[in-house]
Amino acid sequence: MAEKMSLLLVSGTSDKLMAGAIIASGAVANDMEVDIFVSFWGLMQFKKNGSGKMTLSYDGKGMEQEVMKKMMEKKIPSFMDMLRQAKEVGNVKVYGCAMFADLMDLKKEDLDPIIDEIIGVGKFVAMAKDSKMTLFI
Amino acid sequence: MAEEVKPTKVIDARGSFCPGPLMELIKGYKQAKVGDVISLYSSDNGTKVDAPAWIKKSGNELIGVYDRDGYVEIVLKKVR
Repeated sequence: MAEKMSLLLVSGTSDKLMAGAIIASGAVANDMEVDIFVSFWGLMQFKKNGSGKMTLSYDGKGMEQEVMKKMMEKKIPSFMDMLRQAKEVGNVKVYGCAMFADLMDLKKEDLDPIIDEIIGVGKFVAMAKDSKMTLFI
Repeated sequence: MAEEVKPTKVIDARGSFCPGPLMELIKGYKQAKVGDVISLYSSDNGTKVDAPAWIKKSGNELIGVYDRDGYVEIVLKKVR
């Protein structure tokens, strides 16, 4: 059976979501299966018809314009496109957090189809327990 | 430089950044047949390290890494 990696995405800033998507890509390149659990501000970025506006976490304060400009120039794909590509290459599943979805009245159909399922934390922890590594990004 | 083998498939990932070229390589590899020689073009510096590491780890044959004009060409033979 393939080794597994679990990722927990809570932050909704582009840098952290992108880090998650890149690490997921690295995992599939290493023949690992990936389970990604997305909650709070992370999940908000998976809403259909979202603003798609890029934001940076506190560490990047003051550097937004410089970083955004470079990203546009170099045509860096969005975290969503990177995740889609990782899904094409390997077995990557993206799960929405049931608690936050309930809180915000979000149904699966309100979210981008890249979200495979809405699950509870119990199921995610069960997945994480069976995985080789778990990262909170 | 060793004698160059003619690739059966060229993946041009120039202009794409990490992890793009590696992902393109793996996608192309999956579609290829055993015995195919795949050539990857990348202008991303990480690829020069990442792609050969992936090729060796996946049990395939790394034919060569060649510095071209403004990009690197990585050639592999699919053996499994």
